[in-house]
Amino acid sequence: MAAIRDQGGYGLRSGASVGVISGLVFGTLGMIVIGVALALVSGAPTRPPVGVAALSGLAGAAAVLLTPRDARARRGWTVSCGATLAVLLLLTLGTPFGLPLAEATLWQAIALLLFAGAVAQANWLCLGGAPLGRLSRYDFERLMIGIARGAGFVLFTVFVALPFYVMVMTSFKSQAALLANPLDFSIDLGRDDLFGSYVELFTRFNFGGYILNSAIVSLSTVVLTLLVAVPGAYAVARLRFPGRDVWAQSILLIYMVPAIVLVLPIYAVFSQLELRNTLIGLLMVYPATTIPVALYMLQGYFRGLPAEIEEAALMDGLGRAAVIVKITLPLSLPALASVALYVFMIAWNEFLFAFMFLDDPGIFTLPRGVASLNSSELPRELMMAGAVIATLPIMAIFLWLERFMVQGLAAGAVKG
Amino acid sequence: MSPRPPSGAPRGTGPLQKREARLAWAMLGPTFAIVALIVALPLLANFWISAKPVQLADLRPPAPKVTERVRGEAIAAGESLEVVYTVRNTSPNRPLAGVTFEDSAPEGVALAVEDPRCTLAEGRLRCAFGDLEPRARERVRVNATFAAAVADAEALLEGSAPLTTGSGDNPLTSLDFTFDNFRRVFNASEFWDVLWTSILYTVFGTGGALALGLFAALLLNQAFRGRAFLRGLFLFPYVAPVIAVAYTWVTLLDPNSGALNAILAQMGATEGPINFLGQRSAGTLNLFGLEIEFRLALTTVIVFEAWRYFPLSFLFILARMQSINTDMYEAAEIDGATPFQQFWYLSLPQLATILAILFLLRFIWTFNKFDDIFLMTGGAAGTRTLTVDVYEQAIALSNLGAGAAVAVVVFAVLLAFALVFFRFSPKEG
Repeated sequence: MAAIRDQGGYGLRSGASVGVISGLVFGTLGMIVIGVALALVSGAPTRPPVGVAALSGLAGAAAVLLTPRDARARRGWTVSCGATLAVLLLLTLGTPFGLPLAEATLWQAIALLLFAGAVAQANWLCLGGAPLGRLSRYDFERLMIGIARGAGFVLFTVFVALPFYVMVMTSFKSQAALLANPLDFSIDLGRDDLFGSYVELFTRFNFGGYILNSAIVSLSTVVLTLLVAVPGAYAVARLRFPGRDVWAQSILLIYMVPAIVLVLPIYAVFSQLELRNTLIGLLMVYPATTIPVALYMLQGYFRGLPAEIEEAALMDGLGRAAVIVKITLPLSLPALASVALYVFMIAWNEFLFAFMFLDDPGIFTLPRGVASLNSSELPRELMMAGAVIATLPIMAIFLWLERFMVQGLAAGAVKG
Repeated sequence: MSPRPPSGAPRGTGPLQKREARLAWAMLGPTFAIVALIVALPLLANFWISAKPVQLADLRPPAPKVTERVRGEAIAAGESLEVVYTVRNTSPNRPLAGVTFEDSAPEGVALAVEDPRCTLAEGRLRCAFGDLEPRARERVRVNATFAAAVADAEALLEGSAPLTTGSGDNPLTSLDFTFDNFRRVFNASEFWDVLWTSILYTVFGTGGALALGLFAALLLNQAFRGRAFLRGLFLFPYVAPVIAVAYTWVTLLDPNSGALNAILAQMGATEGPINFLGQRSAGTLNLFGLEIEFRLALTTVIVFEAWRYFPLSFLFILARMQSINTDMYEAAEIDGATPFQQFWYLSLPQLATILAILFLLRFIWTFNKFDDIFLMTGGAAGTRTLTVDVYEQAIALSNLGAGAAVAVVVFAVLLAFALVFFRFSPKEG
């Protein structure tokens, strides 16, 4: 990238205004994120001074811009860090997080350094090559986009991760502690009943059984779905029959039918057939909702496989079934893995039918079990521990097989 | 002289093609069967139920049920004991007509009955009760005298199962139709509010998820260290079970013990705790004389919807971005196009198709969404959408017919939307 040209003078579209925006944005964001994180981790009642932090960010940005451009690589960050730190400490009279320094000193020190370092880093990265004077529109937009990206990363990460953090941490707290200070998510490792909620779920609430039920239902759904969808997808992809393309397209229309429209009639009929409060009933419904998308995803993949190998095998006298089992399936293992994972995820997470159908705690699936914890008589941390138990397995599978999972999610224009 | 071979391509379907088609149908058979059974049939059944006066309690249809109670085991010859028959109507809300039961005495047992409703003929007991009210039960006492000693009288007498007759209409299968369900749905004062809520939720939920997905994709479009990690993280909301994340948000947003209110209070941003999920309105905006209510709880569930489903749009948009040819950007760069111009004039047109598809899909699925709102607010505080209303009518108010009628409305709106979309969407290719 060519060096940014300084057009001299001052104007709205100048390095100075980029610096102001950068300083204010990162100062504010940094204080909100780090101040709140400090409260969450240490449990201390912080009062993050957001306005002052914005000013300190401004000082850091000014420090970068006022350093000669050829010296910024060497000392831009250091100078900026020092300026931010100095302004913050000075304007808050030595209480950078609204706390006396004696309280949670170590945490405060870490947070302070983290704040100054991160704000300086952000200012330095965004303004490193920026002059003080006016800029071309191209350079101005580039610098602004850099700031937006930096802020975007922070905001998105916090937005996505905060609920999960709260979920895990709440499950380790007690209701009383949470009511006393809702921000205190510090973990008291000395508590002997740290895992109390989990122990209670497995001893008093049969969560072991729920996990087993969920596993049985999800795995059976995967097997049933593949058993039905593989031949169907093969027929749509390879065999010629009247109306083939119409079928291939319209199979996805089934996905547009709302579950809530289906649930009442199925509820009524299953009640009269005494299938309602059974896992068999669930195992009739779940594959019906997953087969169409599995078929659609698989037929797309089968079409991409070279037909010549199969034709050669057919010539050599192998039957259709043998061709599918010995040639098509081994070639499409990645697609099968994606589809299986995706179907597993749908069945594992399914709530509506499990909630409507299952009354008997002996056959609850995990989502149904967690739903039963939503009562004013039960403490919140039990519910959150249940949520963690329901989330962990699917997350572990997701992280372990992310490649297949992402392909599965992306391949079939999938449902939510 | 041999016949002239036909010229040109063969026409019609030969036996080979017929065989192939038959094989294809056979392979697709299970799919069709299960889809017909669990999707198509219930869809039709929903229309049927919506036109019938069916309550939730009607799912247990009226039927007579007889139980026979005998006390005593070893009986000497000539002794007698009392047998009590209880007949009851199993339905909690429907009467039963023409209820009778018959039971025969085992060999060596003489029955005697004083009840006027019962007759005895050739050792066969027959009792008629006429009509039975819902949940009603009738008792008949019969005296059984044993000719010979018996070790287990109970097993002997209860060995013969009584035959029952009696009919009550099963309201699900009867031919009793009504428009009451629809009348009730459309006349309800809150129906139009529910429909409007549904539309707001769908439009803003879809837009929010798409916008967040686009931003996230723009952030991760360039290669940098930690990109794979962030991409995984951004997919979390979508992969986690809805119940887990919905309850987490409820915990996070709680006015008393929620972390978000505590954060806002500590920063001095709010005066008192905000009940994000329990408060319908947070004041009104006056825009050009138009009063616009800012619906707090609805906004919260919309933000949740956008949070939970942006990963899907993100994934698709990112995939499309990565497949855009970079030559175009290099040319634009040389011509001096600014980054924003490059996005607006180069990237967006390339992304238009995927954005339109995502909008269509997400619009439909957001409209169909039930779990999220149900788990977060249960439809309270002005967040009741049509899908939540289906549950509310059918299960909470126990009026299955009315619930099905709302479901028909859901389906009709979807159909209308699909027609409009396909009518006005630009045709590709």
